[in-house]
Amino acid sequence: MDELRDLNTMPVPLELRDNVLVTTIDRFVSYIYNWGRKRSVWPMMFGLACCAIEMICAAASRFDIARFGSELMRPSPRQADLMIVSGTVTKKMVPQIVRLYNQMPEPKYVISMGACATGGGPFKEGYNVVSGIDKFIPVDVYVPGCPPRPEALLHGLLKLYEKIERQSVRTVPWYQRGESEAVPVPILGPDLIDPRRLPEIRARLAALRAKAAEAPSEGAS
Amino acid sequence: MSAPTKAKAAPLAELKGDLAILKERFGEAVQPAEYEGVVIANEVLVEAARFIRDELGYRYLSSLTAVDYLQEGYFEVVYHAYRLEGGGPLVFKARTPRDVATIPSMVSVWPGADFQEREAWDLMGIRFAGHPNLKRILLWEGFHGHPLRKDWREPYFEEEHKPFSSRWPSGHHIRAEDRAFWHDNVQYPLDWDPDQVEDTADELLYIGMGQFARADTGEPVEPKSLRTERLVVNMGPQHPSTHGVFRMVITLDGETIVRLEPVMGYLHRNHEKIGERNMYLQNMPYTDRLDYICSMSNNLGYALAVEKLLGIRPPERAEYLRVIMAEFTRIVNHLWAIGFLLNDLGAFFTPALYAIEERELILDLFEEASGSRMMCNYMRFGGVAHDVSDDWIARAKELVYNRLPRAIEELDRYLTHNELIKARCQGVGVLPPDLAVAYSTAGPVLRASGIPYDVRRAEPYSIYDRFDFDVAVRYNGDVYDRYLIRIDEMWQSLRILRQALDQIPKGEIQAGKKQYMIRVPPGQAYGRVENPKGELGFYVVSDGSPNPYRYHIRAPSFINLTALNEMCKGHKVADVVVILGSIDIVLGEVDR
Repeated sequence: MDELRDLNTMPVPLELRDNVLVTTIDRFVSYIYNWGRKRSVWPMMFGLACCAIEMICAAASRFDIARFGSELMRPSPRQADLMIVSGTVTKKMVPQIVRLYNQMPEPKYVISMGACATGGGPFKEGYNVVSGIDKFIPVDVYVPGCPPRPEALLHGLLKLYEKIERQSVRTVPWYQRGESEAVPVPILGPDLIDPRRLPEIRARLAALRAKAAEAPSEGAS
Repeated sequence: MSAPTKAKAAPLAELKGDLAILKERFGEAVQPAEYEGVVIANEVLVEAARFIRDELGYRYLSSLTAVDYLQEGYFEVVYHAYRLEGGGPLVFKARTPRDVATIPSMVSVWPGADFQEREAWDLMGIRFAGHPNLKRILLWEGFHGHPLRKDWREPYFEEEHKPFSSRWPSGHHIRAEDRAFWHDNVQYPLDWDPDQVEDTADELLYIGMGQFARADTGEPVEPKSLRTERLVVNMGPQHPSTHGVFRMVITLDGETIVRLEPVMGYLHRNHEKIGERNMYLQNMPYTDRLDYICSMSNNLGYALAVEKLLGIRPPERAEYLRVIMAEFTRIVNHLWAIGFLLNDLGAFFTPALYAIEERELILDLFEEASGSRMMCNYMRFGGVAHDVSDDWIARAKELVYNRLPRAIEELDRYLTHNELIKARCQGVGVLPPDLAVAYSTAGPVLRASGIPYDVRRAEPYSIYDRFDFDVAVRYNGDVYDRYLIRIDEMWQSLRILRQALDQIPKGEIQAGKKQYMIRVPPGQAYGRVENPKGELGFYVVSDGSPNPYRYHIRAPSFINLTALNEMCKGHKVADVVVILGSIDIVLGEVDR
């Protein structure tokens, strides 16, 4: 119960420590709230590449993710709390991933599993590979490895617990006023287009065109 | 621009065997090619292909791929056709100047060329005249450029070949994002208008679907009596039963499937482009990530292709280790496939748990031998990376003699005569033998259709000719037979493993010295192995430099999908999931 005590409000005499608990509403409610939800984080049943196989192994009997309350993989994003981005994120797939992320209800968390999801990994130089899912959606825990062992994924899950434990109902975004904003879904044009970067793309393309008009021998970017 | 291609040598002086017959029949239109095979003029290409298929008996088109000879100014499309009775390939090629880039389509002769031609169009920009549906397959409609052309550069381009000198200038690493013009892995053409950013890729995909069409001519027809509507249903790329990021666009009449179009490329990781930048050995860990359940046998296929060019053979002990690893991989894969086939049938996860339990035991052996559970990176050119201990052999024997037979027996007992499985699987997704061959399917899919074709027997590689085993074959070609054949093959793998583990000699595991940067003599080689999912081929073109000039993967999962439409027609939506599960695809290999 020590983590519940708020020492800043009212001092409690030492001899009464075992009988009296002084805390704040925020701390008390957050504690109960986080205690309840951190042990039943439901991941989305969502696999991308090789790491998904290790994710399945983590769910199987030897590693048994059920010990940590996360065995209930939901096929629908509407019922999931956690998205495990398990594998290489390609340009063709990233619009769907962002859409799935937008469809998940708050509170939602993202674990980036493996080198590819974290930063492109061995395929970073590939023309169809996104250099890390955090270019588009916020990531809570990064799990390194190629692929990470199931134990590593479980460790990442425990790290997520710690993060959930530290959240306060007063500051979490989903209890603030107004609606939370959806991440704009990337578009597949001549290449992948991040709508948030469109003004920049427009300006740089215009500059490139002006330069090309001056020296016609210069090619495209 | 790249250096001159040294991959060219003088053409073969004289043609032998079937190539001579071909030459005799078509005269000047058939010319000897460099290193192997013949070049056939485009005018007679389709006719010659028919001749090769019907008269010469090469009924099975294994691989179709394209090579960009930038310096010489032409594209070359390479075909490898095989006889079902076994033996070597008949290699023939077609050429087209780079600015024309058009070659007659082979789909009318071998329907299995369908996806492979679409891939060549997508990545290399070669038009196949007469192809019924020449759309991009791995990338999306509207993508700028054809990436595998030698003069196309990716956004993070550094140099033509690794090792890049730019990686650690004066000990500092510069992130690719900081170096690239757009500070991201993207590039946009100059003439593109960023104000028109409508996502049309899906609309383009749906064109032509959802209307009635005559079966023979494909013309749209208005129904006379009952007015019904066709429905286009989209499954995937995020769907719990598509085994990864695979997508199917299904046209339904009521609940019955009229047409199914696979849409792929959601895991297109550019193996081939990266492979051409890499040095030969650097590609080895990438092959692990093709079919990520069977990394060991992928290693073997690539090692064999390069060893063909190098002209070396590994020592005895390494050969045995390779066979042991490849056969363990087959058991791993088939256990996994059966477990997840049951998943697709609705027996959610519990049967898969039984399969994964045994798989973990084999992965322990892999981990001890190679250092990694899944991405083993174990084979080397002319050997294997690490030796195994006597204790390892003893434990492998324990598995092979005691544990695995019991596990397979158990699966067999619970599943084979299960009423529900029979009801859902028998007579579903039937692929007749002639179609199985025409669609170039391979592995369990081909053998379940009654074609006893197994590369280990048809064109033995490594030391498979020493072992006593049967090629499993079943004759109904439905989902049930595809399940049964996996059980059969596991028993045969155990047979091979018993012999190999008993006979394995002591000795070296690497021919010659271990080398980081091997020099491969100029040449072309197609190395193929019988992977658990089918025939895995690597087409490697060397120009004598430390990097492959062309590195193509003939992925069995990818080509087996060509027949998916045929198998699903007339079945219900729920059956699609099962049929797909019975083909057993891995998206890493489908999309590469």
